[in-house]
Parts: sequence; C-alpha cells; structure tokens
Amino acid sequence: MLASRGEGARVIAGGQSLVPLLKLRLASPSLLVDINRIPGLNRIEEAGEFLRIGAMTRMAEVGTSTLIREDYPAIHDASEVIGDPLVRNLGTVGGNVSHGDPNNDMPAVMLALRAEFVASGPSGERKIRAQDFFQDTFTVALSHDEILTEIRVPRRPPRSGGCYLKLEQKVGDFATAGAAVQVTLAKGGRCEEIGVGLTAVGPTVIKARKAEDWMRGKTEFDRAAVQELARLATEESNPSTDIRGTSDYKRRIIALLVSRAFGKACERAGGAS
Amino acid sequence: MAGRVPIAVTVNGVRKEAEVEPRLLLVDFIRENLGLTGTHVGCDTSNCSACAVLIDGKVVKACTVLAVQADGRELLTVEGLSRGDKLHPVQEAFLAKHGLQCGFCTPGMLMSAYALLKGNRHPTEEDIRKGISGNICRCTGYAQIVESVQQAARSKQW
Repeated sequence: MLASRGEGARVIAGGQSLVPLLKLRLASPSLLVDINRIPGLNRIEEAGEFLRIGAMTRMAEVGTSTLIREDYPAIHDASEVIGDPLVRNLGTVGGNVSHGDPNNDMPAVMLALRAEFVASGPSGERKIRAQDFFQDTFTVALSHDEILTEIRVPRRPPRSGGCYLKLEQKVGDFATAGAAVQVTLAKGGRCEEIGVGLTAVGPTVIKARKAEDWMRGKTEFDRAAVQELARLATEESNPSTDIRGTSDYKRRIIALLVSRAFGKACERAGGAS
Repeated sequence: MAGRVPIAVTVNGVRKEAEVEPRLLLVDFIRENLGLTGTHVGCDTSNCSACAVLIDGKVVKACTVLAVQADGRELLTVEGLSRGDKLHPVQEAFLAKHGLQCGFCTPGMLMSAYALLKGNRHPTEEDIRKGISGNICRCTGYAQIVESVQQAARSKQW
C-alpha cells in the first residue's frame, strides 16, 4: 500500500505524535496505513546477540519489562519519562524513533546503545545503524515504502550500565534537554566502551563522538575527567533558544545531565561512580 | 477524501455499529455519534486527558486516536462506570472526598484512577500521583483528587 501511494502515504503506529500533527495540518497524508493489526511486531526478547524489541511494542510494555529494567536501564529510564501514562499506553518504541523528532527521548538512548534498526519493504529487509538512521529533523533513513519492524540492541556485556536523564518543565512535555550514557567497564575500572546521545539540543538527535572517543580507555573517572566528558558533549550540542530556555542555559543543562548520567551508568555497571 | 468506513465498537458493554469518516477522532465519535458527552474535549492537543477513556482496558486520550482505530475494540467511558443509579466506588470516593471543583477534568481523572486501581489495588501516594500525572486539573485540586483515589482504593465495594 505504501509503495502504491508514493510519498503521500504515512504509517500510523501509536499515533501519539502523528495525530497531533494531523490536527495542526502540519502533516496531511493522502493515506494513513495503520500497522496496529500486523501480528508479530510487538515483543521484547533476547535472541542471539541482541535484545530485540518489536517496533509496535508500546512504551508502557517497555516500562514494565523486568528484562529491560534490569539489563537495559537506559531504555527503562526513557520509557518512564516519554509523554505521560496515557501516551505511553499507545505510543510505540518504533514510532518514537522513526518519527525523527530530535525532541523524542528514545533516539538518544538507541544511539548510546549502538542499536540497529530493521526496515522492511518490497525489496526485503535491511539493517540500519542508529548513527546512520537519524538524518535530519523529521527525516530518518527509511524510504517511503518501508516500515521499521524491529530494534536490535547489542546484548549487554558484563559490567555494563546505562542511564537516561531528561529535564522537562512538566510531565508530558518534550525535554528541555536530555542525555543518554551507556558504559562498559573492564576489570580494574577502565572505560572499555561508552556511548553518549543527546536529546533536544540540535536539529537531530546527537551522538557525542568526541566525548565518547575521549573517555574510551580512560581509567580515572575523577571530577575533572567527568567535567571534560561533559564539556566535550556540550561542544557537540547545538541547542537553540526557545520557550524551554536559552541556548546557553541548555548547554549548562546538557553538561550537568551528561555528568550525572555517566555517574549513574558507572554505578549501574558496578563500578565506582 | 476517502469514503466512510464501517466500524463496530463495544461501548460500555453494548455493541455499536457506525460508518465514519477515516479522519474522525474517537472522542468526537463518542460525543457526537454516540451522544455520550461525559467524555470531555479539554485541550484537543493531547495535553489534558479530560477525554480519557479505556480501550481494551488501557486508558488513552480519545482525542489522539482515530475512531477507525477503535474498530473491534472494547471501550469504557465514564458513563460505563456506574451500575444504573449506583455510582462506582471511584465515583463515590470523589464525591466523599471532594475530588472535584469545576468538574471539567473529572471524567478523565475518574478513568485514569479506575485504570490505575484495576492494575494496582494498593497504590502508594507516589503510584497515584504518577497514575494521574497525565491528567490536568486547572482548578489545581490535586490534593483532594489523590485523597479520593486513596479512598477508592480502600473501598470494599468493587
């Protein structure tokens, strides 16, 4: 159906982003294709090397998953601060990422976790890395005849931990700013791997590569090191002034959130915070 | 514009059939087509949850769902809480504890409280505050709303 209608057709999943856009006439698709009744797109399971989350899994289901809360805490954190309880009963993980809104919370988490997305279309399936997926504001690497079917997160290695922190003015609002940090620590406390994703501080979700590269391999996480990590992440952000705050304020918030999320991620990984 | 689409929805236990425009919102279907005006349109921008109803047991914003998406589902609106003239324990508790001032947000508050208590009959105050965190009371009567939900949780009348 998507292929036959060309670019005028849109997929509707939970509808919690799309229906408000339709009402504002910011989106006016000629056809809505409802994927709610396609079986098999709603599951959370570990299989092979991955945690596999079906694209139609509701945020509320993610929030109550013991597996996710215990082993992928950054995803759990995000699932509790997206929208409000009513939004989370319908809103889906797939929709939250494929909408391409830099203010959505799950994209930063998926960048930090090095997730990959499975797209399905007339020519079959393909996998897209999270870092290649978020191209621009409301633009992701899905073509108009593809749907996102699954999110694959590399299975959690030992001594790993993650955290997502969001500053919001009130429940249900988009983030003023948000930061996701995922770490894997080696024995002795060396930072084996780190992922940092930033919400709402640029035209698209931001992977803070410089900050990641700087911290990878470090063994000392003293105050100065964490401040440097936060400073580099802030440099990579590009927030704009809006009703939620000035760009300068948001930079300060990002620095704070990155350092706090890093501390919490290390704590959850079983290392010193 | 596509033509009308036939839908069949069970509303408060009664099967309803209708032909609706694909763009019709569920809340407008409930209010205009079914005449159940207990479900309120507050903000119409997915913020306030005065329009909260249950679809297959999950509380959602009826202003952010299309009527066609409810096809084949079970709906519960605020009118479906009471049994005849007998109010539901959640409604009784809001009455006893003054859980409403102007009353506009009340249908949505009742539905969120009902959904919360269906899943958790012994909620902490924090559970209750989280449970109703999507519902806005512009009179800011939250303290008594929380007390009402606590009272409803204690009720033996469920």
